[in-house]
Amino acid sequence: MTAPPLLRVEHLTMRFGGLLAVDDVSFDAADRQITAIIGPNGAGKTTVFNCLTGFYKPTVGRLALGSPEGVGHFLERMDGFRIAQHARVARTFQNIRLFPRMSALENLLVAQHNRLMRASGYTAFGLFGLPVYRHAQDLAVERARYWLDRIGITARADDNAGTLPYGDQRRLEVVRAMCTEPVLLCLDEPAAGLNNRESGELNELLLFIRDEHKIGVLLIEHDMNVVMKISDYIVVLDHGRRISAGTPEEVRNDPAVIRAYLGEEVDEALPAEVAGDLGVPATAPQGHP
Amino acid sequence: MSAPGIAVAAPARVERPLAHIFKDAAITAAITFALALPLVGFQTVDQTTMIVLRTRFPQLFYAVAVIFVGRLLMLLTNAGFARPIAAVTGIMSVLWLANNMTGAVAVPDPVLGWLTWCAVTVVALRAALVSRRAQVADAAYVRSDFGEHVVVMVNRLGGWLSPFVAAFAVALPFLPFADQRTMDIGIAILTYVMLGWGLNVVVGLAGLLDLGYVAFYAVGAYTYALLSTKFGFNFWEALPLAGGMAASFGIMLGFPVLRLRGDYLAIVTLGFGEMIRLILLNWSDLSNGARGIGDIPRPSFFGMPFTPAPPEGVVSFHQYFGLDFAPIQRVIYLYYIILLLALVTNFFTLRIRKLPIGRAWEALREDEVACRALGINPTNTKLTAFAIGATFAGFAGSFFATRQGFISPESFNFLESAIILSIVVLGGMGSQIGVVVAAIVLIGGPEWFRDLSAYRMLAFGALMVAIMVWRPQGLLAHREPTVRLNDPKGAKPS
Repeated sequence: MTAPPLLRVEHLTMRFGGLLAVDDVSFDAADRQITAIIGPNGAGKTTVFNCLTGFYKPTVGRLALGSPEGVGHFLERMDGFRIAQHARVARTFQNIRLFPRMSALENLLVAQHNRLMRASGYTAFGLFGLPVYRHAQDLAVERARYWLDRIGITARADDNAGTLPYGDQRRLEVVRAMCTEPVLLCLDEPAAGLNNRESGELNELLLFIRDEHKIGVLLIEHDMNVVMKISDYIVVLDHGRRISAGTPEEVRNDPAVIRAYLGEEVDEALPAEVAGDLGVPATAPQGHP
Repeated sequence: MSAPGIAVAAPARVERPLAHIFKDAAITAAITFALALPLVGFQTVDQTTMIVLRTRFPQLFYAVAVIFVGRLLMLLTNAGFARPIAAVTGIMSVLWLANNMTGAVAVPDPVLGWLTWCAVTVVALRAALVSRRAQVADAAYVRSDFGEHVVVMVNRLGGWLSPFVAAFAVALPFLPFADQRTMDIGIAILTYVMLGWGLNVVVGLAGLLDLGYVAFYAVGAYTYALLSTKFGFNFWEALPLAGGMAASFGIMLGFPVLRLRGDYLAIVTLGFGEMIRLILLNWSDLSNGARGIGDIPRPSFFGMPFTPAPPEGVVSFHQYFGLDFAPIQRVIYLYYIILLLALVTNFFTLRIRKLPIGRAWEALREDEVACRALGINPTNTKLTAFAIGATFAGFAGSFFATRQGFISPESFNFLESAIILSIVVLGGMGSQIGVVVAAIVLIGGPEWFRDLSAYRMLAFGALMVAIMVWRPQGLLAHREPTVRLNDPKGAKPS
């Protein structure tokens, strides 16, 4: 890689008592690329995310984030919400965490909290409705409208987020993270529970974010349909260790990956549907007795 | 029936054999008997030398009979006899009312008479409602929807109704029926409305269950009392200091308990409330202990006191305006002070809800983890909620001190916190107009019906049960978004 990566993870280790959840994992995530982290259940993917976004303090390791402005941050030294506030790393959650009893529009405005707080003079200007605050509020609503248009739920902007269809909630959570204007967007299984059409719409949204907003996207995903189609680079974890990394093509043909997903006896009988799921050619011939 | 789906199943026309119904009513009566035997059946009477046990079996059997008949009628209503029951009990209710009013036929126990009248009326209303619903079972007459509809309407109306309510509140002292007692009740209600609005910030918006809110009320009251009696501050000078003092206590409480949520937070705040009260009770050097602080100066009108004979060189209010002295002048003035304070609270909380900080409070209530992921500082956000809520309690507290002229720790016990919280919960969390309605019901109700004071708590409990059964989310709980993108009428983008 010629340009320095957006995010460089070095020797990340996370220990919970006797359990080694993440064991010496290093990888880079480039700007303007979608980097996927995959691996079987319990591989430590979400733990990596929680370290990145400040929900856990890593036991060992360095998480260095560059930014387009050239200001770097060491995420492992920062406190929870400050990572989102200053380093501008935004995330979504495996189980949707919208504000269900607030409207979709309000969800997107809460995401712009810090900018609006400054504009409202930490509430003082806002209380008297000064133009500087009103202007900022209008801008925030415009930004929200832009993203609502993007995911096609502008007509339901004033409905409580909890009442939206599941697929819309997933995408609303992604655009809510985008409203914080991140340099790195971390998505924890955004396609979980989506049907084919919905995950297609999600792919389209993620590619749009990468290409039009030119930020780095880090993605945990089980749905190989999504991963293989849109990822530029894939990191594979198993039992807390990095077992492979590379382009989708390289990863899908890596024996270590296939072994991790399907167990040791991969050559014996690989069920066609499982192999298809992973995008690997089925090793067992179709006409096998 | 052609109306869509499940909504139509509303009329509860449960087909049950008569034997079943009688059995059910008998069981209910038996339970009543078991409960009422110790509570109603026996009474201890304190005579000079000893305590005598007196029995009240007639009342006991009367209660059991009322419950039996009432339960029977209720079940029969459900079984499809709604209309005849509505007719009979309706007529009974009217006749009973007329009799109670005129006293044509003497009733041995007037209170029992009234209670029975209530029971008959409830049965009549319920039967009427059920039979009406059976008739218009088509379409949109489902209870929950109907209730929600009314609530949305009231809240919408609240928008343009509130100027009229405010105008009424302003004009109240000059209306013909406004005597001293009405004004006193008005002041009490407004104090609790203000406290309710203040607590609404903490509980309704930020979702932090605070059972010790009265502590900040006490801090405000004592701040004013001490500043005025020891250092000669007047009310308006002390008011901001009292608010600031209460706010700093809010932050002091907030810091250690920030990590706690829900029940744990409630218990800690409850403890904090008691701590403040106990400190005031025991730190006699500061607070004069249980004897309290007396002779707290009354507020003056731009330096003009409300006294019949002012000291030399001071012009009193009635002299300046050329009026005859009347004690009610000061009451009216106090009324206007609390009205002003309450309106300021209302304006402030309505406004702040639509600001980023208000939305952040609500977001914290909904999901704290998501807030952190969006870069919101949960510590500062919660502390602001605590501090602002406490400030309003502090203002209300110093008003309380100046109105009473005397305060002691007894005024700030847990029951006060519970009442303020009930006002917020009953009104519907986050609903401004709901707090007003709840304060009128909970504070005004007992004041107006003082004659029935023995039954105050009974009525209070019955009301709470009724609310929890029919509207667990509160009387007027309804949330309007703070900003809208589309026109509320339809999907038309603005």
